[in-house]
Amino acid sequence: MSELLEVRDLRIEAPKKDGPAIQIVKGVSFDVKAGEVVALIGESGSGKTTISLAALAYSKPGLEFSGGEVRLHGKDVLTMEPLEQRALRGNRVAYLAQSAAATFNPAITIGEQVTEAAVLHGTLTQEEATKRSIALYHALELPDPDRLGRRYPHQVSGGQLQRLMAAMALVSGPDLLVLDEPTTALDVTTQIEVLKAFKKVIKDEGSAAIYVTHDLAVVAQIADHIVVLYAGEVQEQGSADQIINHATHAYTKRLMAAVRPTPTAGLGDKLGDQHDRDVANLRVTNMTAGYGGIVDGKPLITVLRDINVSVKNGHVVGVIGESGCGKSTLARVMAGLLAPAKGEVLLDGENLEPEIKKRSLADLQKLQFVYQMADTALNPKQRVGEILGRPFEFYRGIKGKERRQKVAELLQMVELPLEFESRYPSELSGGQKQRVNLARALAADPEVMLCDEVTSALDSIVSSNVIKLLKRLRDQTGVSFVFISHDLSTVASFADEIVVLYAGRVVEQGPVDEVLSPPYHPYTRLLISSVPEMRIGWLEDTMQKREMAVGIARGVEITDVGCPFFNRCPIAIDGTCDVEIAPTREPSPEHFIACHRSMDEILEAEQAPQQILHGFEKAAPEGDKAAKPH
Amino acid sequence: MTDITKNNETDQKSSIYDELPDAPPKQKLKLSWTGKIGVAVVAFWVLMVFIGPYVAPFHEADIIADDSFLDPDGTYWLGTDYLERDILSRILWGARTTIGIALTATLFAYFMGVTLGIAAAVTGGWYDMLFSRINDAILSLPTIMLGLLIVVALGTSIPILVGTAAVIYASSVFRIARALGQDIMVMDYVEAAQARGENLWYIITREVLPNAAMPLATDFGLRLVFVVLFISSLSFLGLGIQPPMADWGSMVRQNLEGLGYGSYAPVWPALSIASFTIAINLIVDDISAKSGGSLARKMI
Repeated sequence: MSELLEVRDLRIEAPKKDGPAIQIVKGVSFDVKAGEVVALIGESGSGKTTISLAALAYSKPGLEFSGGEVRLHGKDVLTMEPLEQRALRGNRVAYLAQSAAATFNPAITIGEQVTEAAVLHGTLTQEEATKRSIALYHALELPDPDRLGRRYPHQVSGGQLQRLMAAMALVSGPDLLVLDEPTTALDVTTQIEVLKAFKKVIKDEGSAAIYVTHDLAVVAQIADHIVVLYAGEVQEQGSADQIINHATHAYTKRLMAAVRPTPTAGLGDKLGDQHDRDVANLRVTNMTAGYGGIVDGKPLITVLRDINVSVKNGHVVGVIGESGCGKSTLARVMAGLLAPAKGEVLLDGENLEPEIKKRSLADLQKLQFVYQMADTALNPKQRVGEILGRPFEFYRGIKGKERRQKVAELLQMVELPLEFESRYPSELSGGQKQRVNLARALAADPEVMLCDEVTSALDSIVSSNVIKLLKRLRDQTGVSFVFISHDLSTVASFADEIVVLYAGRVVEQGPVDEVLSPPYHPYTRLLISSVPEMRIGWLEDTMQKREMAVGIARGVEITDVGCPFFNRCPIAIDGTCDVEIAPTREPSPEHFIACHRSMDEILEAEQAPQQILHGFEKAAPEGDKAAKPH
Repeated sequence: MTDITKNNETDQKSSIYDELPDAPPKQKLKLSWTGKIGVAVVAFWVLMVFIGPYVAPFHEADIIADDSFLDPDGTYWLGTDYLERDILSRILWGARTTIGIALTATLFAYFMGVTLGIAAAVTGGWYDMLFSRINDAILSLPTIMLGLLIVVALGTSIPILVGTAAVIYASSVFRIARALGQDIMVMDYVEAAQARGENLWYIITREVLPNAAMPLATDFGLRLVFVVLFISSLSFLGLGIQPPMADWGSMVRQNLEGLGYGSYAPVWPALSIASFTIAINLIVDDISAKSGGSLARKMI
């Protein structure tokens, strides 16, 4: 018997009081064989999470199973008694949610939470469960596995928490794992380490898995079998090789087209010079900023150090880096939401007040900040018409009918129907909210828009549409953008210049094509190699590379001296890089790399990718080190 | 989802001036049947505030019956109380004092508490510090003791009673309003308004209050009940409503011994208090369940 889970003609609907029920899942069938990873892919709203939850005989509130069967080992789980279903969940079938941070209880130790389900179901005693959890920590390459269980969730990093959730799901040895977008919220460098761990542990444990995601590139690394979903129906299914390399269905091809391309030079459109001016639009000079009080001219917690960035008129400057590197802080300083400890912000060559309260209305209008989360950036109690109309009225005194016309023009500009004027934000989808969020900034008729991760919360098709919209807006209006993202591919296709931030410092900056072609700063190199390619076997190939061996295993360390990337750098020089601030080199005009190595040395290292120059002996997973007695 | 994946090119730009959709409709509030019952009961009592004394069969102070704690009959529809007065008449007269005083006091408490509380949340700094500490001091005193003190010092009159209840209950409203305000102040949309350069008044009335209105309205129903009880307690101690004026709270208290004789005398005023406060809460619950945002704006 090889079919572990058989889903047959599954139908799920949302009953309504008046009128017919809304069909959410319309007759979906697929199988999961033992030891196989089946990926469910589709954009948001395709019903992929709803289907995956059916394997646990669970439906979200407001939904009902209306037909079909979900057979686990030949037994239909949907018709089981509630007690039987309870015995199933977390025991034979385990679920991994998207956000580990929201799944763990901050007040209980990790070990207790990881072992809870197995002990509760009586599968293992507490002692056995603890033992097994430690074995799993080893398998998942987590640091300090023997003592990890005694820590609290806030004491480990996001990527580690995601892997701990896998341990939590695996501890009772389930037959089937349901993974719901487990890497979507992670940085590329973290995603790769989590993917690697998942793949290894699924293989070692021999359990089957349903992997829910919208990212085809991730699917290509981990799945054996792929089911493509759209609007609750299966569009196409087949082996990973078949779907990735020989897709036939039109929708699958469209999904493929929306996959972010590997960031390389020449992805972006060439910029016209129609908006050029002599003075840089927005400039930040020698800026240091952070949080907490300022002591001796330095903030208590320094987030950014000596930043120099300039945004030319009509240009797009992409700011890239891992979470916590200070990207958002940079935008907040520019917007005046955070006063810098040192340095200046200049708009059209004139000094801006560091604090927003002292800035003039005209300055405020010229600089508009677009928030990452449209959900919290739009007042839920105001209609779209009022949200968009307010800047017109506030900055330009446009009222009444004229204001409504302006709002209508704006809605059309961001490709939303005019009827949306009377809707509340809660009545819009994620992508639509993000458009309203952008439109509000545009309503002020700004010169510079500061976009903080505006596409990060959107799925690939919606986010590529938002990028298209931003490109058009730039060409039409000549607005400059500071575009913050952790997604290098998006930045590569949209930005004219890139600023790479690492641990609060600029490690490389310059025109996009220069930054994305050799010579690279070692950190830029790591970022580029971490972006998953839609190619089977890419993960294994990449892990062979030396920058991965060193860069992935270690975390960010924020230092006052030396190069911040020292501990993850494959070509670092001991005794130099860890004590001296790296000099800024200029391999080509306006392209800066902060590195102790000369450009020739960097290029040489590029050509000999297997040669380990530094630190490989230290690159072994920290876990193994910690396991040895001290 | 599908409509935003399409790319409509903007070629019909000229036509949009003629084709503006109708202005956003002002949503009408539709109440469920529980809400309608609530509205009916409250409307009835509010009517009694105005016409109660005229429709009541007797005067509130008339000692007319032959005996105390009489059972309901044709003359005394709800029986008589411990001083041989008609209970129905006293309830109808009492609506004026109880509802009038409690509602006015609660409204004042809300006006003070919400204004100061939201202002404290929005401005922060020394203002927040000053008012929060004063508020903590008021909260730390037992309400009855504080009420007694004020009433004894300033004398017994209805305006002083209303003022005392308002100040005492404003402190709990202040705390709720400030907490709600602080939660809302850290939202991105408030920061967006600040970044736009909006003044304090706009931020308070347009960004903070609409989002705080619903929880505050829910609390209003509850707070009203407390104020009714507070005034009854003061009356029982002889410092609230002065006899022979009727007041539901003191009627319950004074007739309590009637229960021993098998009389329903304290039950009628108790039912009156219950019907009024439950009705208010039914309306509030209904509104909070139904309103998306329209009501919140109406409330301001």
